[in-house]
Amino acid sequence: MSAPIEMPKWADTILVPAISVVAAFLIAGLVVLSIGENPLTATRYLLQGSLGTGEGLGFTLFYATDFIFVGLAVAVAYHAGLFNIGGEGQATLAGLGTALALNNLTFLPGFLLIPVGILAAAAFGAAWAAIPGYLQAKRGSHIVITTIMFNWLASVLIVYLLVNVLREPQSMNPETRAFPEAAQIPFMHDVFAWFGITIPSSQLNLTFVLALISSYLIWLLIYRSRLGYAIRVVGSNPTAAVYAGISPARIIIIAMVLSGALAGGLAVNELMGYQHRLLLEFTAGYGFVGIAVALMGRAHPVGIILASLLFGILYQGGAELAFEQPAITRDMVVVIGGIIILFAGALDGLFRRLVAHLLSRPKLAGA
Amino acid sequence: MSPAIELIAINKSFGAVHANKDVNLSVERGTIHGIVGENGAGKSTLMSILYGFYEADSGEVRVNEKPIRIRSSIDAICAGIGMVHQHFMLVEPLTVVENVMLGAEGGAMLRAGEAKVRKELARLASDYGLEIDVDATVGELSVGLQQRVEILKALYRGADILILDEPTAVLTPAEADALFELLRSLKAQGKTVILITHKLREIMAITDRVSVMRRGEMVATVETANTSPPELAELMVGRRVLLRVEKTEKVPGAPVLEVQNLSVVDARGVLRVANASLTVRAGEIVGIAGVAGNGQSELLEAIAGMRRPVLGSIRFQEQDVPADEHNPHHMRELGLLHVPEDRLRMGLVPAFPAFESAILGFSDEPQLGKGPILDHDRLVADLAKKMEQYDVRPPAPRLKTSNFSGGNQQKIVLAREIERNPKVLLVGQPTRGVDIGAIEFIHRRLIALRDAGVGILLVSVELDEIMHLSDRILTMCGGKITGERKASQTNEQELGLLMAGVTDEAA
Repeated sequence: MSAPIEMPKWADTILVPAISVVAAFLIAGLVVLSIGENPLTATRYLLQGSLGTGEGLGFTLFYATDFIFVGLAVAVAYHAGLFNIGGEGQATLAGLGTALALNNLTFLPGFLLIPVGILAAAAFGAAWAAIPGYLQAKRGSHIVITTIMFNWLASVLIVYLLVNVLREPQSMNPETRAFPEAAQIPFMHDVFAWFGITIPSSQLNLTFVLALISSYLIWLLIYRSRLGYAIRVVGSNPTAAVYAGISPARIIIIAMVLSGALAGGLAVNELMGYQHRLLLEFTAGYGFVGIAVALMGRAHPVGIILASLLFGILYQGGAELAFEQPAITRDMVVVIGGIIILFAGALDGLFRRLVAHLLSRPKLAGA
Repeated sequence: MSPAIELIAINKSFGAVHANKDVNLSVERGTIHGIVGENGAGKSTLMSILYGFYEADSGEVRVNEKPIRIRSSIDAICAGIGMVHQHFMLVEPLTVVENVMLGAEGGAMLRAGEAKVRKELARLASDYGLEIDVDATVGELSVGLQQRVEILKALYRGADILILDEPTAVLTPAEADALFELLRSLKAQGKTVILITHKLREIMAITDRVSVMRRGEMVATVETANTSPPELAELMVGRRVLLRVEKTEKVPGAPVLEVQNLSVVDARGVLRVANASLTVRAGEIVGIAGVAGNGQSELLEAIAGMRRPVLGSIRFQEQDVPADEHNPHHMRELGLLHVPEDRLRMGLVPAFPAFESAILGFSDEPQLGKGPILDHDRLVADLAKKMEQYDVRPPAPRLKTSNFSGGNQQKIVLAREIERNPKVLLVGQPTRGVDIGAIEFIHRRLIALRDAGVGILLVSVELDEIMHLSDRILTMCGGKITGERKASQTNEQELGLLMAGVTDEAA
């Protein structure tokens, strides 16, 4: 690879991602045109459905909550120089932890159930990420390979457990019984109702606030704390870490534990906040979207929140679009999402190079 | 005599950086012409233009008095210009013949081309004394011989004009002498040599004329016989510089660092340091002289605790350091600080703002923040103060580390380590890639530190630097310490022999 590309911060964090999104929408527009639909109408449905109504906005933010957690998970590992592809598996295990805790610790006082459920999600997600972390740190097994393997292990494990162990005997569905009422994170429309404000009901729940708080804490951790400093040294210059007396192995494990715990937030939002039970495939591939979110957000919490909103719009608006314009099927929406991921993630360098070329003058190299 | 190369009013800009400003250069045929200048003075840019890596924004290149356009290195080779890069462009697993053939194979089948190469190499060997085993694998040759292969490659391609970029950086003094011998015989045969170096001693020893560049401009071209190192240094920097910082004799104090029978094995299982023992006393600079890659780096890293030695132990201020406490963190706490030899790979984090690089190794110090959170304002203020003391330019603590020049990066590292009052300071290559002006500053600091009673262990591949700074000199070769001399009682020739592995007993 060539030398790192220098450009002003505003261009790096705002301009390049914005260009990527615009380019993605243009290409997606061509796709829509090619199946004989009007891209402008499609865009209107997309935005109308995701932002135009209170209910739509609620769903958008609900999805964004998922994406913030998995995006932060990928970002924390990324700062330590690790590519954690295992968000799916870690979130799956987090869901298992939540369900085990909430359906077995029913003797606890009700107000403890929500924190216990969240901690269980974080702990199980962390543990599932810690194993690949340990293998990378101590054995040199590549984290990309091991986390992908652990996704499969998690998905097979959860099927086995839900079908054979955790399923309610009289139920035909591979899912647990409902969590106790006190363990259900309140919906936002209920919270607002306590204060006498009526907002349209949606799946959006208080986990969204937890996601924002987590974003702030992760910012504080990565950019301001001693531990975050060590994480970034390891990620940016492992030899310098050894020189500085920072153990890369220790930091790799810590970063993966944090990453897995954050992926657990997906389970908190989906299960404790909405489904109120553990069921199959609740992660719905969001763990992978987290990679695109983190890349697009440049691994910075603010960027991740913005990227999560974009993907939230896409998911919610896309569902509306498929409903309103039957020619644009659910699959077509996935294609459009894929194009955005392609541009924001994989082709990010394309525009970065171009923008850098236009903006900054190449520096004299070692002459 | 007629000029082999003329560069007329060459201009080259990279954005706002004017790397070459109206540069004129004329190199007479059959001479050795030196080009000196600080880092960033524009030497490499100028040579890159001549060799076709860049094209000049304006100006003219004439080879043998004919204007030509050089748009790629192929054009340069056709014009009879050959270049020997500082970092060799060789394929190590291939033999000498195969390397010379590379890019000039002469058809799909190798046999005919190979016969031609062999014949030509035999001729070059007899013409210039360029003896070499043409069937040896290049990776197994010494660095000096690898460089010879590079020169053969250029000559095989018909080079009449040879550009050498810092050719002696990786050579032992004896290998450097052999190279100069070779350059003289090339000159005798009518070849033209352009030598880029920052070692004024070499300029004086071998060149006929020397051109000095400063900030993109050609400031002077003089007959070597009519100039002197101090004059050249002044031309390079634009002010008077001391090439040698004076220091007073001093009686060293108690031992502060004792290394006993240390052996280090690298990741591939190769023995890099073999049974090395040494002592550094308070108020003393001990220099380790040696050609790069003879175990000095590994020795420093092992003492600092970055590498676990397979055998041996160290004592600090006459106390044993137990093996399980021999790590960078603990050694820092004891007061053994380390200016590592590779700033960018080890001593700094290039992607971080300077104020974050300035706490590398010390991020756990309680006073740098509150609890787990670092106080950025404080870090910035701390570094701003140090930048003033050490004359770091620009004095911008929030600027990205990689945007500082080599000398300024080195000052940031030095400030970080020196201002924490070390008892022992390990220093690796303190002035590599550092401008002459900054070298003087760094040398002063190190000597002041020694005068204040700090024990300093200095590793450098610059023999001049070792001889100027050290009180005692150890030589290393092949991982072994091959000799020890008082700096005042030795000379370059003797050290050169020791560095080449001719040990005391044999010498």
